[in-house]
Amino acid sequence: MTARALSVVLPLLMAPLAFAVIHRVKARFAGRQGKPLMQIYRDIRKCLGKGATLSRTTTWLFRAGPTINLAATLAALSFVPLGGLPAAVSFPGDIFVFAYLLAMGRFFTIMAALDTGSSFEGMGASREAVYSCLAEPMLFLALLALARHSGDLSLSGMLAAVSAGSWLTGAPVLALVTVALFLILLAENCRVPFDDPTTHLELTMIHEVMVLDHGGPDFAFIEYAQTLKLWIFAAVATSLLLPAASGSLVWDALWGLAGVFAAAAAVGVTESVMARLRLTRVPPLLAAAGAFAALALILVGG
Amino acid sequence: MQPDLTMRNGESIPAHLIPVLDFESLRTFLVGEMRGGGRLAALFGLPPSPGTGGAVRLLAVVARDGAGILRPVVSEACDRYPALTPDLPQAHLFERELSEQFGVTPVGHPRLKPVRYHAPGTLNPAAPAAPRPLPADTDFFRVEGDEVHEVAVGPIHAGVIEPGHFRFQCHGETVFHLEIALGFQHRGIEASLEGGLLGPLAAGGQGFGRIPHFMATAAGDTTIGHTLAWCRIMESLSGTTVPERAGLFRLIALELERLANHTGDLGALAGDVAYLPTMSFCGRLRGDFLNMTALLCGNRFGRGLVVPGGVAFDADPARLAELRGRFESTFRDVEGAADLLFETPSVRARFEHTGEITRETATALGLVGPAARACGIARDVRVDHPFGAYRRLAARAASWPSGDVYARAFVRRQEIRESARLIRAALDLLSGLPGGDIRHGDAASWPRPLAPESLAVSLVEGWRGEICHVALTDEDGRVMRYKMVDPSFHNWEGLAMALRGRAISDFPLCNKSFNLSYCGHDL
Repeated sequence: MTARALSVVLPLLMAPLAFAVIHRVKARFAGRQGKPLMQIYRDIRKCLGKGATLSRTTTWLFRAGPTINLAATLAALSFVPLGGLPAAVSFPGDIFVFAYLLAMGRFFTIMAALDTGSSFEGMGASREAVYSCLAEPMLFLALLALARHSGDLSLSGMLAAVSAGSWLTGAPVLALVTVALFLILLAENCRVPFDDPTTHLELTMIHEVMVLDHGGPDFAFIEYAQTLKLWIFAAVATSLLLPAASGSLVWDALWGLAGVFAAAAAVGVTESVMARLRLTRVPPLLAAAGAFAALALILVGG
Repeated sequence: MQPDLTMRNGESIPAHLIPVLDFESLRTFLVGEMRGGGRLAALFGLPPSPGTGGAVRLLAVVARDGAGILRPVVSEACDRYPALTPDLPQAHLFERELSEQFGVTPVGHPRLKPVRYHAPGTLNPAAPAAPRPLPADTDFFRVEGDEVHEVAVGPIHAGVIEPGHFRFQCHGETVFHLEIALGFQHRGIEASLEGGLLGPLAAGGQGFGRIPHFMATAAGDTTIGHTLAWCRIMESLSGTTVPERAGLFRLIALELERLANHTGDLGALAGDVAYLPTMSFCGRLRGDFLNMTALLCGNRFGRGLVVPGGVAFDADPARLAELRGRFESTFRDVEGAADLLFETPSVRARFEHTGEITRETATALGLVGPAARACGIARDVRVDHPFGAYRRLAARAASWPSGDVYARAFVRRQEIRESARLIRAALDLLSGLPGGDIRHGDAASWPRPLAPESLAVSLVEGWRGEICHVALTDEDGRVMRYKMVDPSFHNWEGLAMALRGRAISDFPLCNKSFNLSYCGHDL
């Protein structure tokens, strides 16, 4: 029971820290000190304490978007195991609930953006819709390959089936799925090379431009949900690459945490060494992620 | 009648020599010049002399870059005339400006809208009074259709940049048309300069009054460029020669300004494509170049360094050695940061084929500076119309044919190397000139009387391109018309064309690759 609770409580507390690791790695690459690791917690707290300015053209949808998104992300998080810690909730077929909870969060973020009537936000919503339409099948392909590999249709089950030993027998499959999941992680979390989370140029943004009009607690929800989402994908991808094997709950938990932070550092390195793609080149890269996953599916099927 | 008067950069000639053409001959002349490789460096109105009922004459300065000559012509007086723009796209903004400043109507102009949204006819006392329009309050070009949408950006932007309004007509992600409305920073510099030393700018001040300040801030990042162009007008009209040592300091200052801005631009381009290393390095290195200018004169932008007659600050050998040392180490770092940028495949992939303009478009619009050189047009005032120390240290024009963001970045990279070569050569020459004047006459000898009824044209290759200043004096030697053309004035339309049929998400990158001045345009 404690283990199941921990796999939710640890991300709730530490997800912003993983974000801070990305910032820190990028700062170091740029020769800067970087902002304090705890700054993101302060930012979230600051936003929670503020009021929000609402446009008169918006409706309840605008307020509901960030809340539903956070709720959906939290619910999705409960299906994700951390290292050796089992997920809080798990049942056969939960991968579909998991994926569509994330989709629901995104749907309401898009609706909230459209609700503003702003041309910027409409543009962002249209981009987000297009690219998530492309990313979602790729995620399913990757999860299906894992399901075939493990013979289990629950997220916890398929990840638990991966051990250090399965890398000896099924290395190609696992490697392909890991790469596909890392690409999906970058796309879903609007990181370089798909999107640039730090830019101030609205016309180039995908995700950020959708949340321009949100402020105060709503924006805190958005930021926090964003850190949780990164955690979800990082935890899934690293539990494939670095399967926990010690058998001790504490060490497995620590191993899982180390994996998530290593994934965050990998995101930081990726963002530091390459430029962003132009928007029209995003679909081919997502298709590449899909190709990796499809190849894994073929290999595991044969 | 075919006019045959030619002059050189920085020369002044008696005004009565300027050929006067009727509008039909003016059109024939200008169109012929453009076909023959000429370019419209300036086209503007001359204030009506008293008793002519407000009729305005046009003065055009054609630059023939290959031959290194300038050809000024004046039109007959008019209050309306057939527009030149239909035959001469590069006259488009000049004619709009003319109409706004003087109340003259170019009949048949396809887009006759205000340029700076000031009260119409400010430079023509005889123009009919009209209320001042609100900034960007105009009929924007619109594309109609169910699936066409309009995106308005600015004048308040997300970054700390100058105000400008951009109106996109889009179909999905594709831009059909971009219209740029500026004028938010109009300060009325040209109107204040009228009357020269007796004009309102000089009132109450010492020497040149507020004029040097206005030159230094016409475009804040082109302080040396505009100040130099103005000083050369003053020197030309007063028949002053600049000491060689001062000329070398001017060259170093102008090239340091170019280095600082080009380095900053490469960093900003890297930042726009989310490539961190070059962005961070160049941000710092730009500051190092600015500090070198501060080493020469105490101001990072070089304010107060260039003065009529020469420069205001000398540097002893120790200071020059310090400058050399700092320059070499900074330049080495810039080379590293630029190599990193151009050798990263993801950066090149992002730059290539983004915001392409053809050589034909660039020629038709009369683009100048790196934007023109990136279309394969090796047009550079330092090479075509050399002035000052550039006559001795010949500069080489950079160019790259592809016309895209990559070309505009790569031309800057080439120019950084060329500027470094020029600065080194100038420093070598300076060490061989141990002493000597840095200014013709002492500060008290300025301002000097200007030649009456004369025309002077001064071209300077600022880091953004050709800066053109033109002055015309009246019978008392007062400046009756002072015209400043910032390179941005030519190039903004180039940015609009670079976006046509392209993705709207490429706009910020294209905008950065042109990096035009708002206040230089708005004056």
